[in-house]
Amino acid sequence: MRMRSALLGAAASLAFAPMALAERGADGHVNVIYWQAPSILNPYLSGGTKDIESASLIIEPLARYDNTGMLVPYLAAEIPTVTNGGVAEDLRAITWKMRPGLVWSDGSAVTAADVVFTWEYCTHPEGGCAQSSKFAGVTSVEALDDLTVKVSFSEPKPNPYGPFVGGQSPIIQKAQFENCLGARAPECTDGNFGPIGTGPFRVVEFRTNDVIQLEANPNYRDPAKPRFATMTFKGGGDAAAAGRAVLETGEFDYAWNLQLAPEVLQGMAAAGKGVPVSAFGTLVERIEVNLTNPSPSLPEGERSTARHPHPILTDIRVRQALSMAIDRELLVEVGYGQAGRPTCDLVPGPEVYAAKNTSCFAQDIAGANALLDEAGWVRGADGVRTKDGMRLSLLYQTSTNAVRQDFQALIKQWWSEIGIETELKNVSASVFFGGDPGSPDTFQKFYADVEMYANNFDGTDPEAYLSAYVCDKAPRPETQWQGENINRFCDPAYEAILAELSRTAEIEKRGELAKKLNNMLTVESFTIIPLVDRGRVSAHSNTLGGVVLNTWDSELWNAADWYRIK
Amino acid sequence: MLTYTLRRLLLAIPTLLLISLAIFLVLDLAPGDPVADMPLTIPPEVREKIRLSLGLGEPFHIRYLLWLKAFFWTEPLYWIDARFGTDFAQGAQRIISFQSRSPVFDIIAERMPQTLWVVGLSYVVGVLIALPIGIISAYRQYSWFDQIGTFVSMVGYSVPTFFTGVVLIVVFSVNLGWFPSIYDTTLRVTDWDSFLQQLRQMAMPVFVLALFNAAQISRFMRAAMLDNLNQDYVRTARAKGMSERVVVLVHVLRNSMIPVITVIALGVPTIFGGAIITEQVFKVNGLGQLLIIAIYGNDVPMVQTLTFIFAILIVLFNLIADILYGILDPRIRYD
Repeated sequence: MRMRSALLGAAASLAFAPMALAERGADGHVNVIYWQAPSILNPYLSGGTKDIESASLIIEPLARYDNTGMLVPYLAAEIPTVTNGGVAEDLRAITWKMRPGLVWSDGSAVTAADVVFTWEYCTHPEGGCAQSSKFAGVTSVEALDDLTVKVSFSEPKPNPYGPFVGGQSPIIQKAQFENCLGARAPECTDGNFGPIGTGPFRVVEFRTNDVIQLEANPNYRDPAKPRFATMTFKGGGDAAAAGRAVLETGEFDYAWNLQLAPEVLQGMAAAGKGVPVSAFGTLVERIEVNLTNPSPSLPEGERSTARHPHPILTDIRVRQALSMAIDRELLVEVGYGQAGRPTCDLVPGPEVYAAKNTSCFAQDIAGANALLDEAGWVRGADGVRTKDGMRLSLLYQTSTNAVRQDFQALIKQWWSEIGIETELKNVSASVFFGGDPGSPDTFQKFYADVEMYANNFDGTDPEAYLSAYVCDKAPRPETQWQGENINRFCDPAYEAILAELSRTAEIEKRGELAKKLNNMLTVESFTIIPLVDRGRVSAHSNTLGGVVLNTWDSELWNAADWYRIK
Repeated sequence: MLTYTLRRLLLAIPTLLLISLAIFLVLDLAPGDPVADMPLTIPPEVREKIRLSLGLGEPFHIRYLLWLKAFFWTEPLYWIDARFGTDFAQGAQRIISFQSRSPVFDIIAERMPQTLWVVGLSYVVGVLIALPIGIISAYRQYSWFDQIGTFVSMVGYSVPTFFTGVVLIVVFSVNLGWFPSIYDTTLRVTDWDSFLQQLRQMAMPVFVLALFNAAQISRFMRAAMLDNLNQDYVRTARAKGMSERVVVLVHVLRNSMIPVITVIALGVPTIFGGAIITEQVFKVNGLGQLLIIAIYGNDVPMVQTLTFIFAILIVLFNLIADILYGILDPRIRYD
């Protein structure tokens, strides 16, 4: 399906290429609906996808990722690499050259000082910048001349494309935000609601949590773009209403992230006013296995910590049986349809990093049963296995969400077929993902045996993502239960390969190492049981051309190329 | 009457302070975190910094007192400044929304008109429909009009607005294409066409809410009329040879209005509260939608301020209802 829509898109863009000679604003008005309404247009003050993507129409980074996960220069003249001398040999610095002649939408020149200022803005200690992890390890950002910026790192960075790359760290105008540093950031409502940018559109009116009126940026670098003179960016409501507005009533041209039941989406698409498009990124719905004992009989502060290994799940055969009993194809069909595909990997993309395991695709109840028999778990009278007086009973938690509860029910059924008793629990998403150290129900605290959620990584490089699974990053009382190593996975061999990865710059070699790490967590140890590679489904009307769905950056990354099919 | 009003107003102050404290405590103790719905890719230490920058590092009582000061002192000053071009506020700290990092009152002011138009109009329409239906239903009890009226109000009362709303969208937007399914909040009424456009987009939300309001109020009206129609004074009025019109519309109606006035007056604050569900269904950018988005986003200052404004309105309209009794029925005097 993905291939087909990509080909169709390519064919369409070829067919309409001659029309691209038209001038800026020739195609009138375009309507976009995001069912989550943008609250602010400054991505540095908000981590929300809706805010980052809406802002991406207005402010741009030096480079973006395209729909295949490759870097494309935006404000930069080219992508710096070791080969072209842009990245230092020791991997401690990257030098960006900007396109000459760039101007902001107010007509003033874009200079290296703006880039340096963006770094200062986000790294101000009182600012609470939501994207400061993008600038982690950056020791300095200097302007070498008006169009050249050098970013230095405290240690070698094999992937130096963090700062100023992608929708999360666009360049903001120094003149506009100069007085908004640190604690004063929220005072600059005018700037936060109407940043001056270099993107294809500029803000006419911003109503928070409701609607943005945009018009073509008169100073956009390509005089023929954008093809639309004005844009209405409506926010709010729910995914069903957004889908309806594009696919059924045709009131809107583009709807973002239609998380709908597969049959609902099909029904809407049948109305024929628009088409759903999908693409896959790195979001994987998975079951995380707790390697430590979450038993409530343990004293508070020792539950779910490395001090007490899990009595059941430290046996790899049990973990493998859990994975084997699951029919991933069915899960995809029930929960995601076009927007999902089965996966056995934690890192399902991009191409160079994807291990593409398929060993888990076939459900194998008999094999799982045999494995548990071998491990010494014997079925009791009620069908539940026991061993040394311990019942094979698991607490399975996730956040409250219709699809997740369906998954829980199905998986509970399959596990009962292999003699595992499962108790289901669901927690409101704001609590589950809230990270409140006082709450017993957060996913980090993991007071359960297994839990299910989805996670992904920013950009295209999985190093930071994979480096979460080190002993040191396990959430525990000493870290206020913060940390990304949810499973409390701890393996010196894993950390050795990780260290090698952080020294390697060559892309193929990095891919190999990342695949190895991925396998150690998934198909080799079953610490993480990946279920579904979740793609994104958006929809556009039949008359909107040029849409290329991108999961590696903002979905609106190429809004400058959109046009009206007449 | 005046002293009574003053006394009630004074009494309202401690009541409201208590309410504000209760709201603040509930929100503070409730689980949830303003950074919870940010992507998991944002690391914990960054989240902690964001929390601190939102002022969540301060202890509870400090945050409460700061909020009180901003609500009762700073915000009125800003209002005066904006109104008369003065500069009393001098850049003092306002109540800032967690989500948009902009002043809460500016957002409320931006959204108030839509709520008043859509929800307020539906309330007026609802009342205008409900009163005659209630009166006729009672006067001709068990007639076919009464039966139909009872049926319609039962439907309006028992079918939730999120259901009627979606049914209307499917029928009138998707199938017939008469009305837009999404309210265009940027529409400005400048000429006849844009006025028609505005009417078309208001039609469905107003209808849904008016049905709901009319159902409630017409039942009250009918019950109150029935109570009074069999009273002795009605017989006396008829015996004196007054026309039915005068008997029903002057004598009975005026006496029956007392409980109905309470219901109508106490319903007014809910207009400002917006119709949370209906606004969400039709994408009207009113106060109800604002509240629900703020709750989802754990935007505590916004939820706190909105709920407190609703509390003020409820206390105020309680008082207004009480005063209206005295006007409707001269026997009721509080002094």
